[in-house]
Amino acid sequence: MTQLDPRGIVEISDGGVSVELKGEAMTLNIGPQHPSTHGVLRLVAEVDGERIARLDPTIGYMHRGKEKLAEVRTYAQITALINRIDWVSGFANEVPFIVGVERLLGVEAPPRAQYIRLILTELTRISNHLVFASSYPLELGAATPLMYALREREFVLDLIESVTGGRFHPNFNRVGGVKPAAGGGKTQKKVELDLPAGFYAGVEKAMDRVDAVCDELDDLVSGNEMIQARAIGVGVITAEDAAAYGLSGPNARASGITFDLRKHEDLLPYGDFEFDVAVRHNGDSFDRYMVRIDEIRQSTRIVRQAIHSMPSSPLQAKVPRVLKVPPGSVYVRGENPKGEMGYYIVAQGGRVPYRVKIRSASFSNISVMPKIAVGQLIPDLVATMGSLDFVLGDVDR
Amino acid sequence: MIENVPFALLLVIKILVVLALMLVAALVLIWGELKWSAHIQSRVGPWYAGGRWGWAQPLADALKFLQKEDLVPDAADDKVFRLAPYVMIAGTIATFVVIPLGPTVVARDLDIGVFYLLAISSLSTLGVLMAGWSSGNKYSLIGGIRAGAQLIAYELPLVLAVAAVAIQAGTLSLTGIVAAQATPLWTIGGVDIALPYVLSGQIIGFVVFLVASLAELNRTPFDLPLAESELTMGYVTEYSGLRFTMFFLGEYAGMVSISAIIATLYLGGFWAPGLSGDFLDFAGPFILTIKIFLVAFLMIWIRWTYPRIREDQLQAMAWKWLIPLTLFNIVATATMKVVL
Repeated sequence: MTQLDPRGIVEISDGGVSVELKGEAMTLNIGPQHPSTHGVLRLVAEVDGERIARLDPTIGYMHRGKEKLAEVRTYAQITALINRIDWVSGFANEVPFIVGVERLLGVEAPPRAQYIRLILTELTRISNHLVFASSYPLELGAATPLMYALREREFVLDLIESVTGGRFHPNFNRVGGVKPAAGGGKTQKKVELDLPAGFYAGVEKAMDRVDAVCDELDDLVSGNEMIQARAIGVGVITAEDAAAYGLSGPNARASGITFDLRKHEDLLPYGDFEFDVAVRHNGDSFDRYMVRIDEIRQSTRIVRQAIHSMPSSPLQAKVPRVLKVPPGSVYVRGENPKGEMGYYIVAQGGRVPYRVKIRSASFSNISVMPKIAVGQLIPDLVATMGSLDFVLGDVDR
Repeated sequence: MIENVPFALLLVIKILVVLALMLVAALVLIWGELKWSAHIQSRVGPWYAGGRWGWAQPLADALKFLQKEDLVPDAADDKVFRLAPYVMIAGTIATFVVIPLGPTVVARDLDIGVFYLLAISSLSTLGVLMAGWSSGNKYSLIGGIRAGAQLIAYELPLVLAVAAVAIQAGTLSLTGIVAAQATPLWTIGGVDIALPYVLSGQIIGFVVFLVASLAELNRTPFDLPLAESELTMGYVTEYSGLRFTMFFLGEYAGMVSISAIIATLYLGGFWAPGLSGDFLDFAGPFILTIKIFLVAFLMIWIRWTYPRIREDQLQAMAWKWLIPLTLFNIVATATMKVVL
């Protein structure tokens, strides 16, 4: 067994005679422009042949200064900024921030608004995980699951669009509730106007399709021996590592950590519904894939329950026309499809926040890369990287 | 009549015919892959180019590629870089010299046709290695080296699988192999029954040959030298314009030639039940074309279903499974040959 050395020196010992073969470790720049870095992540890898001896993720190519920009914008304007942090799950980014502002103001959104937020968050989660289910097989070289998953995602996006008017960046939350439908008025007496006609039927239909495509993907992807050969046992993250590096969301749950902020936080009325936290225990790439498919199934379950128990109430709590948030600070975190999304908001009175610190999931999630990538082959690195499901906007903010 | 034509002129005609056939077949296959993969993925595929079913899409693509700037990287080894695509495509086209399209319709019926095929079809990997080495790009280099490693792993099962066919047919000539498959095995009620080799003893060889030829063609699940998600585009990363088109055409021409070899060795080539003699000279090319496209569509189907496997898994599969299987196949074939 030859020992791997970052300097590229291979020692061969043969009957007491030790020969040093001086090979040259090659520095391979993976990214910032590369098909599988999901944007502009740069990985400086030292490779010995195809085996990785050292890996340095270099981030910052997608830094857009969201936190600084938030300091010069009113609270209502900031929603438009932050739903572009993780652009695959725009709506889910908005909720913790808006709830944070509501807590500073001391108002609470009416139940119906909370239900609408919850349904849209879960639809966003489904859409995000379907993007993952489509892109992950692509990184392993299978192009067809992409089309199947994206085909059904379109129905989910249509639903989000029918309610909010936007497919990716809904900008639909208002402090104290959600945006009323056109002509609904601010206090919203005609509750039937808040969701578009045929929404419930559309949701039922789309959820059936999503469940069906999950079964289809079970046949085509997770039941495929070659995918299993490529993903099982690859990029194992132990539960200790996951906790130490601050992994959250599906990545932590694939390592056996039962940590789901939907159960622990009360941003949204998840307590009203029955659902299971999807947990797998091996911590490898395959489990990270499977956890997300399990989560899609749980999300369709939640959405189905939610549309059958929609409460009747106005859409917005009473908030002043010009928002002036009293001094104070709050940290609110919610379960983004990619993990824990947290906002630390410091207000000093006035229309703009003094400071907004954004804790995004992907940043912590990829921080574990250098640890698990060492000793892997380049194909395994791609398989591991893809299974972490990060978005560069979410890493750099 | 054909004896009166001067040799040089005949040679030129033959070369032109083979070239034209290969290019047309490759273009048709590109279109076929676009369409077939689209239907697998619940898409429509090319639709507008050419007015109907997007039949002109490959031509339009080729035209677009020709207009692209022809880049040679500074770090590239200029001469080798420029030569590589032609070496690759030459290897695949040269295989068609010995493929019989009919009992007498063949560019050159070599006695050692099978041997020639195996030798010449690995030439294209040399082009790949040249491209990988000369591009001056680390991704290309890794892609080229992967192609080399793949060649070593897969050439052996390929040769061993064909050896069994040669044993069963008792000849190395491709025309002879087709003739052997057309020889009746039994006569039942006055009807002669002949079976192609895939149905009469070479099923293991057929499967192994198909797998190995996918590896030789660098197609999914063995497209490690390209591996878009890992190596951007492997050995073609630095190519653009006409030379990229050559690689692209070469890939599909390679598919046509390998499919032709499979059709000839295992599916009876130009021969079809109930036909013989002069009529086969006329119908043979069409029968062979149908068989070629059947095999090619099988390859396309595999490509759009499976992911890519890893280099070590590929090597393990070749050395631990395919080679023992083919050795067993040779022993079984030889035993049957002696016993029956």
